[in-house]
Amino acid sequence: MELGGLASFLVFFLTLAGIYAIMTLGLNVQWGFSGQFNIGIAGFWAVGSYAAAILTTPESPYHLGGFAWPMLPSALFAAALSALIALLIGLICVNLRTDYLAIATIGIGEIIRLVLKNEEWLTNGVRGIPAIPRPFSGYGRDVQALLFLALVVAAIIVVHALLERARRSPWGRVQRAIRDNEAAARASGKNVLRFRLEAFVLGAAIMGFGGALYAHFAGFISPEAFDPLFATFLVWVMLIAGGSGNNRGAILGAFAIWALWSGTQFLTAYLPIEWAARGGALRVLLVGLLLQVILISRPEGLLPERPPRPIAGRARRP
Amino acid sequence: MLIDLLQLTIFGLVVGGIFALGAVGVSMLFGILRFANFAHGDMMTLGGYFALVVVGPLALPMWIAFPVALAATAAVAVVIDRLLFRRLRRTAPVILLISSFGLALILRSIIQIVWGPENVVYWTEITLPWRFGGLRIRPDHLVMLAVTVTLVVLLHLFLTRTRMGKAMRAMADDPDLARVTGIDTERVIAWTWIIGGALAAAAGIFLAVDTRLNPLLGWNTLLPVFAAALLGGIGKPYGAIAGGFLLGIVSEVSTLFLEPVYKPAVAFALIVLVLVYRPTGIFGGR
Amino acid sequence: MALLELQGVRGGYGEADILNGVDLRVEEGEIVVVIGPNGAGKSTAMKAVFGLVRVREGRIRFDGREITNLPPERLVPLGLSYVPQERNVFPSLTVQENLEMGAYVRRDDFRPELEEVFALFPALAERRDQRVGTMSGGERQMVAIGRALMTKPRLLLLDEPTAGLSPKFTALIFERIRAINARGVSVLMVEQNAREALSFADRAYVLVGGANRFEDHGPAVLAHPEIAELFLGG
Repeated sequence: MELGGLASFLVFFLTLAGIYAIMTLGLNVQWGFSGQFNIGIAGFWAVGSYAAAILTTPESPYHLGGFAWPMLPSALFAAALSALIALLIGLICVNLRTDYLAIATIGIGEIIRLVLKNEEWLTNGVRGIPAIPRPFSGYGRDVQALLFLALVVAAIIVVHALLERARRSPWGRVQRAIRDNEAAARASGKNVLRFRLEAFVLGAAIMGFGGALYAHFAGFISPEAFDPLFATFLVWVMLIAGGSGNNRGAILGAFAIWALWSGTQFLTAYLPIEWAARGGALRVLLVGLLLQVILISRPEGLLPERPPRPIAGRARRP
Repeated sequence: MLIDLLQLTIFGLVVGGIFALGAVGVSMLFGILRFANFAHGDMMTLGGYFALVVVGPLALPMWIAFPVALAATAAVAVVIDRLLFRRLRRTAPVILLISSFGLALILRSIIQIVWGPENVVYWTEITLPWRFGGLRIRPDHLVMLAVTVTLVVLLHLFLTRTRMGKAMRAMADDPDLARVTGIDTERVIAWTWIIGGALAAAAGIFLAVDTRLNPLLGWNTLLPVFAAALLGGIGKPYGAIAGGFLLGIVSEVSTLFLEPVYKPAVAFALIVLVLVYRPTGIFGGR
Repeated sequence: MALLELQGVRGGYGEADILNGVDLRVEEGEIVVVIGPNGAGKSTAMKAVFGLVRVREGRIRFDGREITNLPPERLVPLGLSYVPQERNVFPSLTVQENLEMGAYVRRDDFRPELEEVFALFPALAERRDQRVGTMSGGERQMVAIGRALMTKPRLLLLDEPTAGLSPKFTALIFERIRAINARGVSVLMVEQNAREALSFADRAYVLVGGANRFEDHGPAVLAHPEIAELFLGG
């Protein structure tokens, strides 16, 4: 089966947007549910991508490899590794107030990036890891792309269902209570540290899983292949624009902002040649300005957080 | 070994001075506006590029470029506050945080659009370092240190001898009481941006002289700048200065047993230690 | 025409009203005291005057002009000064600097007022350059009141000026307040140490549940048996 140029681009676009949606859902757990400000998203993304790459690529003199794991287990491992790192960091940092946590998470992102860049025995440094296997490789190129898109969509559905359930559960209620009034939650006996850690770790696990998907999608990763800071920034804009605290908002925001981002690529295509190199910066500028406009005019995003209906639909007796 | 230690201490003082200048601005802004300005690094970069305009196309010497760049960056900081942060004053502090994060990217992309992503230098001549015993000292490092000390002294005089400086300290102590007293809080905020912006520009220029100017210069220094501010106790300008020098020396000396590329990790480790064990900073703060 | 007048003031923080129709009046030259049980809205009423709490209904007038919901920075130049109950000094500034901040809105030479404050509170004169954060509660209260006097106010609003002070300092502060009043500054004071305050107040209001309960001359309120039992704690 052959897809036309436009359809092919659409599949590519939707797949990448979908991966971003998974990242945004992960951030929603950390920020939307639990009020924790993570600027180290790119770090967890990178951990997930590299874990998947190392586990699934063949033996190589340039980097750690040759484990030949199948893709799903390796993606789950990537999630687990990301979760573990988040746990270690979280044990140290999770009780910090928002600004301080933000600063600490920049550091985390930085350190992860430094390690990936410099520990060449592990990651091949700046040269990156190529030839990451893609799933469904037996099929033709376009069918493969469609199947991968279906895989990503399936992943979104599963993660979304999981998070919706979490949001409406007693666990989710406690998270919101802690987020909105920590002192009161603590006074009523909740172990704030444990809940925050759980949210931080769960969010990181989802990001790690998304990172693994990304590795298989891109086929090649390096520390600079996706500008780490930019990845972090874009996911934040997606969540704010879509509506933090709202899982559907997170997904919507991801697709909307990715559409905008891709749209700006078309705009900059019309720039004169000397400006082409600046095109990337121009696009970042536009997205940055958009963020400010959203924050000033509608900080709750497209789909504001709604109070959840309880899972069990039993009517309460007065 | 001792010579190495001394040499690294000298480097540490130079880079520490840069951290200190950045940290003072961040600390003061936090004390008065109650949020961590994630755009501070890129304001440093902006100052560096303003100086480039004067030294490059206008072909004027650095001692003219320096005050011009400081003034220009201060002006930009005030304008940004008027246009953006002022509208977000009544919102939650995290909104300001996110906004400043976005601002950082906006500034950086504007810089990249105007000047491009490559490394640039102010001048191509290389001045040979002076030698004392086994130590090497670059003359421009000495100038940087001297200017840093001068700026710190000027800041001190401003904070303790002028009406606005005292009002700034008052507002950092208690913004509500400052309002009740009749202090014009918006003017104090404007002056805080002026000082923060100017000092950030100075830090950026020195950083560019020490290494090279490129659009990521400031952002890459943000972590140590925040670390220095936290070390000194957020909201305490003098603490930030001490924190900056301390962090600079520790970072440089750490290369005796750590790979130099991991210097940012030193800053990060310090941040974590301070936040966990002494969140009010070494000297006690907010 | 009264110097300060509140008519039917309703308001509070956010949704719920704490003030439910307060009427209050301070004539020029008076010391007026407001007492009542905890949560009665005494402090809130004062904050409403000074623009720190939103007035939903009713009017506040100062010297005949409407000042309802005006922000603090507009009120200070008009001749009002407010001393909050807590956090009423700048701890990292010296005594002298605190007083200078009090005079921030003034563009003229305020040294006469500075010397007057030191004359009023000699203990402060010896410690001009001491950081206020290192001073005792009583000394801080003196600085707080001194700061408010630096603008030569016509009306001084004091929120529980003797809260947490020793008996010695309480007596001193009250005595100084009378001296300030004798120099022509009108005083509106919320007080928990009602007994002493009422003994020298020109008039007093009793506030309960955010509304007026009783009003009379100070000593008369003090002598009223029901009031004494309910609100003065024996």
